[in-house]
Amino acid sequence: MKLSIPLSALFGIAVTVTIVGVAVLAPWIAPYSMSEIVGEVWEPMSTTHLLGTDTLGRDLLSRLMFGARTTLWIAALATMISFCLGTFLGLAAAVFGGWIDQVLSRLVDLVMAIPTLILALVILSVLAPSLTTLILVMGLLDSTRVFRLTRSVGHDIVVMDYVEAAVLRGEGRLWIIFREILPNALSPLIAELGLRFIFMVLFLSALSFLGLGIQPPEADWGGMVKENKDGIVFGIPAALIPAAAIAVLAISVNLIADWVLKRTSSLKGGQNV
Amino acid sequence: MYDSSLLDVRNLEISVAGAEPPIRIVQDVSFSLEKGKVLGLIGESGAGKSTIGMSTLGYGRGKLHISGGQVLLNGRDITQGGRSELNALRGKEVSYVAQSAAASFNPAHRLIDQVVEATLEHGLMTAQQAHHRAIELFAALGLPSPETIGSRYPHQVSGGQLQRVMTAMALCSEPDLIVFDEPTTALDVTTQIGVLAAIKNAIKQTNVAALYVTHDLAVVAQIADDIMVLRHGKMVEQGSVEQIIYAPTQEYTKALLSVRTTQHSEAPAGQGPVLEVRGVTVGYGEADILKDVTLSVDPGHTLAIVGESGSGKSTLARVVTGLLSPRLGDVAFENAALPLKQSDRSRDQLRDIQMIYQMADVAMNPRQTVEAIIGRPLSFYFGLRGQERSARVYELLEAIELPIEFANRYPAELSGGQKQRVCIARALAADPKVIICDEVTSALDPLVAEDILLLLEKLQKERDVAYLFITHDLATVKAIADSIAVMHQGNLVRYGPKSQVLSPPFDEYTATLLSSVPEMRLGWLDEIIAARSV
Repeated sequence: MKLSIPLSALFGIAVTVTIVGVAVLAPWIAPYSMSEIVGEVWEPMSTTHLLGTDTLGRDLLSRLMFGARTTLWIAALATMISFCLGTFLGLAAAVFGGWIDQVLSRLVDLVMAIPTLILALVILSVLAPSLTTLILVMGLLDSTRVFRLTRSVGHDIVVMDYVEAAVLRGEGRLWIIFREILPNALSPLIAELGLRFIFMVLFLSALSFLGLGIQPPEADWGGMVKENKDGIVFGIPAALIPAAAIAVLAISVNLIADWVLKRTSSLKGGQNV
Repeated sequence: MYDSSLLDVRNLEISVAGAEPPIRIVQDVSFSLEKGKVLGLIGESGAGKSTIGMSTLGYGRGKLHISGGQVLLNGRDITQGGRSELNALRGKEVSYVAQSAAASFNPAHRLIDQVVEATLEHGLMTAQQAHHRAIELFAALGLPSPETIGSRYPHQVSGGQLQRVMTAMALCSEPDLIVFDEPTTALDVTTQIGVLAAIKNAIKQTNVAALYVTHDLAVVAQIADDIMVLRHGKMVEQGSVEQIIYAPTQEYTKALLSVRTTQHSEAPAGQGPVLEVRGVTVGYGEADILKDVTLSVDPGHTLAIVGESGSGKSTLARVVTGLLSPRLGDVAFENAALPLKQSDRSRDQLRDIQMIYQMADVAMNPRQTVEAIIGRPLSFYFGLRGQERSARVYELLEAIELPIEFANRYPAELSGGQKQRVCIARALAADPKVIICDEVTSALDPLVAEDILLLLEKLQKERDVAYLFITHDLATVKAIADSIAVMHQGNLVRYGPKSQVLSPPFDEYTATLLSSVPEMRLGWLDEIIAARSV
């Protein structure tokens, strides 16, 4: 069968790969270091500073490249935590049912009842700010969404005869979760992974913008928007460039996720071998 | 220049759009149909019978389209028609009755509104006339309280009634042609007979022409004037009902005709039961869905549990496997009571009772290979690994008559019959003493089902395993059972050796059940209807 990738997904893949590539290679390809002051405050775009300079006179392009590193790395780690935890608990809730399901689900409802950003702000302002706590808080809060999805996907699979056959064989719950259900729940989950990742990028950017995310002088895209936001009043585009980078990444990953979702949902019923 | 027939299909070819190389679903099929006549289209799944039926509405499911030949309806070639011409035709000149009435009605609207919808849409009658006609049709189709039944919603009538309402819907606009697509396949036999009689009667009264699509020759013999046998999208044989039933010329037709005549000779009683169900009563809340059921099966014997949907036969299987705990009574294996709950049973107790499911599609994990599926019970119960396990898997594949190359395949790469064979191998891998077979052949085509039954019988002889065979199909029962338990609304109404259960005197329910199974001869339906109305 011919694998044809639609144009939108191709675009998404190209942009995402470029951004990840730049992030990985930042120390070698960035023209200046991240924190070095190399010019005047808010210099316009020029041949020496392709995107101009920021509020302290640091090279904006270099910061954007190093910022991609931080942003993508943290978002990826948090997504991983969110996924591993959410998937496991979601499938466990689907398989065990009963009071385990009730306790987990009500707990998740409780967390979801409070707006995530506000909850994150409260927790982060109480705890000592560190990268680890930031990643953990982001991952834990987001895992509630993954939990809900996995639980409902799991519920559809639990009722299948092959799961009943495994139960009748006397298989343990872990076998049923990881061998019977997870492989069949994977396609929708992978599509969701893309979306969750981009929510993480936005979440981190929002936290950084509010001053509770990445602490200066580390660069990250949300923080860069914050540092340069005052420039907008004077007609200086320095804040808009990292904002645009966030938007472009978000759209690109979304395009990929859409494509994956379409592909996997059309193959539902286990035809995907 | 055209002859007088209502429908004339010439060299019809239907293929999948955009497929390379071309995939032809239907090839070179020709027939014609006159007013008031019924043509039965017979074949197994994938024979293209529904596709041909749909083509007379100018419709192709999914990417199917008519790629050759002509479909002449009232002298016009509808394959040349555009969307607006087809819309003008559908529901006015041709209408359609689907297999699953429950899935075809919109649950949010009253029945009568859906019945008259097409008629009003085409402006054929005023709303009042259409309602009046619908009520007439409800009466003609034998629906209870025809005046008011239309104001009900789909979930408020039974499956058989819903199928009749759908027939009324098709007849309402006074079409020239109706396509019946397996209208009674999803119904129980005792319900089917009433719907068949209603459809036959309605066709006779309205003088409409009909295409009757089904896989059941005995059914179509009661309704059709002519029969066309199809296989792999090609015509095998076409002729009058008498000719097809009594003097078929093609081997395939003969095979279809003889398929349900296999008889299993009853084995003498054994030395004491391997499995006993003792006084089991199951209830959800107030109503008991199983009432004091006691039965047993001997080693190497087959007990068939027969009943219609809702009779409690599947519930009984769940009690035996321990997935459902009875309120009273218990299950004994080799004279020792089994723990009621599955989770309390030991690994050996679980191993001794295996299960085969109706839908082999969903009974196997689609992400595992055949080897993993069959091999898991071997590792789980016997601790077999690596080479040893593979060798045993190959032995089992041989036992179920599949080539060993199949070990690397995924379920999606198997046909329906092959899937069911793999499920049988998985059950055998545990080396059980009892296998519960839950409607294992009802999702299969008759010829494939026959092979599965023969395989099960062969394996029983070789391994001395007992079957608890749950089915609604009496032909299957005759082909495999040593003893029979007839269930009706949670009660065990008749139980004993096969010869005894199937010979008179019958109780009322068993008599109805037995006489409702369509027989492969002309005039059977008329006789039964006449006998029952006396």
